[in-house]
Amino acid sequence: MSLTGLFLISFLLVHCSINALMFLNDDGLLFNEAAHFMASNILIRTVEIFLFLFLIIHILQSVAITRQNMKARTISYAGSSATATSKWYSRSMGILGALILVFLVIHLKDFFIPSRFTDRLGFDSNGTPDMYSEVKMAFENPAYAMIYILSMIVLAYHLLHGFQSAFRSLGIYHKKYTPVIEFLGTAFSIVVPAVFAAMPIFFLLKK
Amino acid sequence: MRLTLKVWRQKNKSDKGGFETYQLNNVDTHASFLEMMDVLNEQLVNENKIPVAFDHDCREGICGACSMVINGRPHGPLKGTTTCQLHMRHFHDGETVTIEPFRANAFPVLKDLVVDRSSFERIQQAGGYISVGTGSAPEANNIPVNKVDAEKAFDSAACIGCGACVAACKNGSAMLFVGAKVSQYALLPQGHPERNERVLNMVAVMDEEGFGGCTNTGACEAECPKEISVANIMRLNREYISAKLSVEKE
Ligand code: HEM
Ligand code: SF4
Ligand code: FES
Repeated sequence: MSLTGLFLISFLLVHCSINALMFLNDDGLLFNEAAHFMASNILIRTVEIFLFLFLIIHILQSVAITRQNMKARTISYAGSSATATSKWYSRSMGILGALILVFLVIHLKDFFIPSRFTDRLGFDSNGTPDMYSEVKMAFENPAYAMIYILSMIVLAYHLLHGFQSAFRSLGIYHKKYTPVIEFLGTAFSIVVPAVFAAMPIFFLLKK
Repeated sequence: MRLTLKVWRQKNKSDKGGFETYQLNNVDTHASFLEMMDVLNEQLVNENKIPVAFDHDCREGICGACSMVINGRPHGPLKGTTTCQLHMRHFHDGETVTIEPFRANAFPVLKDLVVDRSSFERIQQAGGYISVGTGSAPEANNIPVNKVDAEKAFDSAACIGCGACVAACKNGSAMLFVGAKVSQYALLPQGHPERNERVLNMVAVMDEEGFGGCTNTGACEAECPKEISVANIMRLNREYISAKLSVEKE
């Protein structure tokens, strides 16, 4: 769970950095080039296989863990005050994860599959497949942009707990370094989803 | 002080159970929570009703018997105290107080507020000890232990095995308890020879008994009457991973 989660986190960092290229004022030329590189480089394609594999393992583990833990306590308290002793998102990882999965299905269907398996994409002025316009078109639809932004908020909460939890699950705890991990985790969980969420906002405002 | 009590009543293990409401009209604010329960039971006996069964022994915060969930909080709302150390001045006149047993499938309810915590004993029996006769207290400086480790081991050993960590955890996980027991030996040289078997065996029994897994919500630490730190869970994870990677089966 923790290892697959951390791998997914490293993927998010790469994904997010490339997406940030869209904010450049070049009609997406550099972004298209980067996207094309990621889609065609043999090394990246190999890592991609592992990415899907780890995502599936992460999901299978999460189902197993959530089921086992729900079985360990079947009666809840009448006088509940869970909020006093733990954060709601730390108790809701299963639901947050499931929402991310729903988002991922939509996301892959709309961006990954067309770019990889169809010839729907046009070409930009450099002759590179024009992923930029594909993204732009999708986000100019406010409803779609809204789903995307909400999903990023869900992701942020999943990471807010998950990032530092992964280190704890691996047994890493230190008086001096754990606060550093917690700080990095919080920063990552806010900045990365914020950069993703900035794309639909950027295209909506530009329109 | 007047109180309305909503108390979980359950005849036996197989009974479905439910809440009963009782009125107490003259609760002394200096009374401890258990003394208040004694007063309730006297009143019930006088009314020819069956008193509420609850666990208690030392009544001074060292035995860990007094398992109760008060207004949704194991051992009540006060930080770092057991139910027996909680006083009625922390409640206000006219308040409704909900009293339930610890909830976890590894702690089945036996009667009213009494739960069966023998699963903890079985975990302890799997490795929560050192299997050599230690005799009387040895010369203090025979085995050098550095101060930081000695203090950490002492903090872990403060666990009284009450089970509030399990009761507080949404996963009914016993990892704070097991973490404390594993840590107190892992930190000291006397515990090292049996270090790997200890953690593997204790975790195996923990899983067999039906406790859930830790997802790091931190509720256990917040409710632990001895304020055992979640650092013990991380040490448990570390000990477990390192034992898994180093023990070779014949
Ligand atoms: C980009 C996507 C994702 C990332 C970066 C991510 C990251 C993480 C991390 C780091 C953890 C903490 C692991 C630990 O404490 O050992 C975690 C836990 C978890 N993840 Fe994910 N995850 C992602 C997607 C998903 C999906 C799609 C699901 C489910 C369908 C999911 C379900 C869970 C669950 C249930 C946990 C829970 C463990 C707990 O209760 O603490 N995650 N995730
Ligand atoms: S860790 Fe704390 S809450 Fe858990 S059994 Fe020990 S003393 Fe009780
Ligand atoms: S009765 Fe012993 S700790 Fe409360």
